[in-house]
Amino acid sequence: MHLIWLIPLLPAFGALVNGVVGVRYFSKRTAGLLACGTMAGALALSLYAFFELLGLAPEAREYVVRPLTWISALPLQLKDGSIGSFSIPWGFRLDPLSAMMILVVTGIGFLIHVYSVGYMHGESRGAYARFFSYLNLFVFFMLMLVLGDNFAVMFVGWEGVGLCSYLLIGYYYEKKSASDAGKKAFIVNRIGDWGFILGMFLVFSVFGTLDFRAVANAAGSMPVESAAFGTLSLITLLLFVGAIGKSAQIPLYVWLPDAMEGPTPVSALIHAATMVTAGVYMVGRNAVLFSHSPETMQIVAIVGVATAFLAATIGLVQNDIKRVLAYSTVSQLGFMFLAMGVGAFAAGAFHLMTHAFFKALLFLCSGSVIHAMAGQQDMRHMGGLKKYLPKTYVTMLVGTFAIAGMPPLSGFFSKDEILFRAFLSNKIIWGVAVVTALMTAFYMFRLMSMTFFGTYRGPAFEAAGGHGRAGSGHGSAAAHGAASASHGGHGGGHAAADDSHGGHGEWHGPHESPNSMTIPLQILAVGAIIAGFVGVPAALWGDNVIEGFLHPSFVARVSEGHASAAVLSGFAAASEPKAAALGESAPASESKGAAAGRQAAAASHAAAAAAPGEPSGAAAGEQAGTTTHAASPEGGTAGGHMPWAGEMGLMLLSVCVGITGILVAYRFYVRAPEIADKLAQRWAGAHRVLSNKYYVDEFYEATAIAGTMASARGLWVFDANVVDGAVNGTGWLTMFWSWISHVVDKYVVDGLVNFVGAVMEEGSVVFRRLQTGLIQNYALVMLFGVFAFVSIYLMSR
Amino acid sequence: MMTQTHFLVLSAALFMIGIIGVMTRRNIIIVLMSMELMLNAVNINLIAFSRQLGDVTGQVFAVFVICVAAAEAAVGLGIILAFYRNKETINIDEMNLMRW
Repeated sequence: MHLIWLIPLLPAFGALVNGVVGVRYFSKRTAGLLACGTMAGALALSLYAFFELLGLAPEAREYVVRPLTWISALPLQLKDGSIGSFSIPWGFRLDPLSAMMILVVTGIGFLIHVYSVGYMHGESRGAYARFFSYLNLFVFFMLMLVLGDNFAVMFVGWEGVGLCSYLLIGYYYEKKSASDAGKKAFIVNRIGDWGFILGMFLVFSVFGTLDFRAVANAAGSMPVESAAFGTLSLITLLLFVGAIGKSAQIPLYVWLPDAMEGPTPVSALIHAATMVTAGVYMVGRNAVLFSHSPETMQIVAIVGVATAFLAATIGLVQNDIKRVLAYSTVSQLGFMFLAMGVGAFAAGAFHLMTHAFFKALLFLCSGSVIHAMAGQQDMRHMGGLKKYLPKTYVTMLVGTFAIAGMPPLSGFFSKDEILFRAFLSNKIIWGVAVVTALMTAFYMFRLMSMTFFGTYRGPAFEAAGGHGRAGSGHGSAAAHGAASASHGGHGGGHAAADDSHGGHGEWHGPHESPNSMTIPLQILAVGAIIAGFVGVPAALWGDNVIEGFLHPSFVARVSEGHASAAVLSGFAAASEPKAAALGESAPASESKGAAAGRQAAAASHAAAAAAPGEPSGAAAGEQAGTTTHAASPEGGTAGGHMPWAGEMGLMLLSVCVGITGILVAYRFYVRAPEIADKLAQRWAGAHRVLSNKYYVDEFYEATAIAGTMASARGLWVFDANVVDGAVNGTGWLTMFWSWISHVVDKYVVDGLVNFVGAVMEEGSVVFRRLQTGLIQNYALVMLFGVFAFVSIYLMSR
Repeated sequence: MMTQTHFLVLSAALFMIGIIGVMTRRNIIIVLMSMELMLNAVNINLIAFSRQLGDVTGQVFAVFVICVAAAEAAVGLGIILAFYRNKETINIDEMNLMRW
């Protein structure tokens, strides 16, 4: 598959043509077709590459294509003093992880492009082409990010998707809140990029290369930094800062909810399915590095679970349909990082994939709802839409069940795998994660209830034209934008024409979206149902295909075992019985032992991880343990981690948790809506805190932003007084000097000249008397002169 | 017998007459004529020494001086004529344009 470089280039071509030519000349139909066509091409190529990859032996599933050199070799000094060669090719690597990612990006990207054709049809022609140009450009950068075979190419994609995110959030740039949100996203991301780029520098300084495979192999032969916070820990921590920014984790998650100012397909593609998962992907891509620094892993897990929990609590009380989904996305990303942090890289990547399906589905459904409600986003003004939007209702219900973790939908398998791995790693983290899962089910079903169930609370309408709202004095020719503005007074500002898709005349009440929108919904719904079946855990008589598939991406390739494998497996065997015991007080060491048992291949880190008395070596062990499900089908049942009954019990628990959340939400918001209000009144303080998102934005406003402003003001004062003062002082000094120079010139130099002139003039008054003009006078003088000279001559002889 | 001294005395006398004429007369034509006198005094001097030394060079030189004197007289009279046409006078005291 030597054409994988074409996969990103196809959308790039679409973006270029649409951006350069299309904005001015293309009809909407052409622009949409071009964008969807390039995406379809990229999807076809991706599928072809994927199946070709599947045809190889598991260990050989890796293609590297380097069509061009970007930076040719430069000598640079490394950390250990030697001189390394800094050269970067435009390299693309297709391995299981990136194969999964390109399928997600091109597959879901293609569906969202198709959806956008319907969703954006109300835009003007130029804006329409501009939208598709940005969207294609985003896909190009995202594919660069996932296909890059070294940090630098990934960084190109990383920055590029940030740029496209900025452009698309600020797509309605006439709206101040949208352009502000774009800037916020860009600036917050920049903080993360700072960490990423520093991590990248450190990687080169330590390893002398930026190639992922080379770094992983080199790191694989280094000891696990379980005792102290070493270089690898610093690298991974810096990289994780980048991931925090891109994947909206605490403390940098604030940009993602605001990013909902963008059009809904953008929210679905960029801010749910693909870009925000780039951080998770990056952690997975550097799994070997991360698994060598248990302290960073600990931080990753804690940040992940804290983000999941906090975002879920905020999501409980939001009223904007897209904001609920945004906080849900933050929360689910937290789950992914939790998985990464406990070493379950494959589980995290698996959840990434299933989440991409169901969250894209949910966002697109919300887009369909917003479309139906003419830009209304406030759920308090929806309700009872089930009968108006049957297709959207059904597909969104599927998405909700998937995210709530209802078996056998996709979210169940991936989320359960994460919970299971968290349980093995740390009971507290697991507990928080379970509560979060409960809240997830609750707020998602709250969203469903407020939107589709109950009675219709939206603006009144008449089925047969004309605005039903009393007192709305719009002429019958009022455009759609004006119509939604009239509802705006009612929708608390949310109904402003941000998602304006006018052009289909007046609003006749909620209506089902066109086929170009509902068909992608249905396909995604199917995906949300079946995507989980690639990861059926061993406890449910599956063989967790995806973990086995992804596993080679997460380990170092060590040609010869550095540690003696025999000693290792002996030790692992010894610790197996202990590991098998459920409820041991040291789950870390259990999983470590289990991992080591099954991980003869990745001998080098297992050797370090298996060293007794190193509880923080768990991360490496966990990482290795990722393979257990796939590599050894008997592992799940034979007691790799815990008895079958224990795993089954956890599954049942999480299903129960999901059902509880759904039932509670149903009771609160459909059966007895007054309960929710009463609760809100009883816990008014907590409700206010949650509604205001823990005042984090206000906190940042007061600290970081105000601090920046204050320092900027201070610098301005410094600039105005000191720098400008220096400049002005220099100017003044110059003027002063020139004045002195002027004085000297005028009085000294000119004075000298005039003095000479004056002397001459005064002298001439005397001496000009000699010039009588009388010839005889002159002749007389001449005679005397001759007489005198001759006399002198004669006398001196 | 004419001795060298006679010639020299004659020459000196003519030269002094000429100088006095140039210095004292106001009529420019007289001044010009006095200058001719001075030239002729020089010529006598040249020829006297030529005769004494038996060298003909002095006589040749005297012929040259006569030629130059003739030319000078012509030019001088021309200038005087032009001056007269301008100023209606030949008084040398009026010729003071070079004065400060």
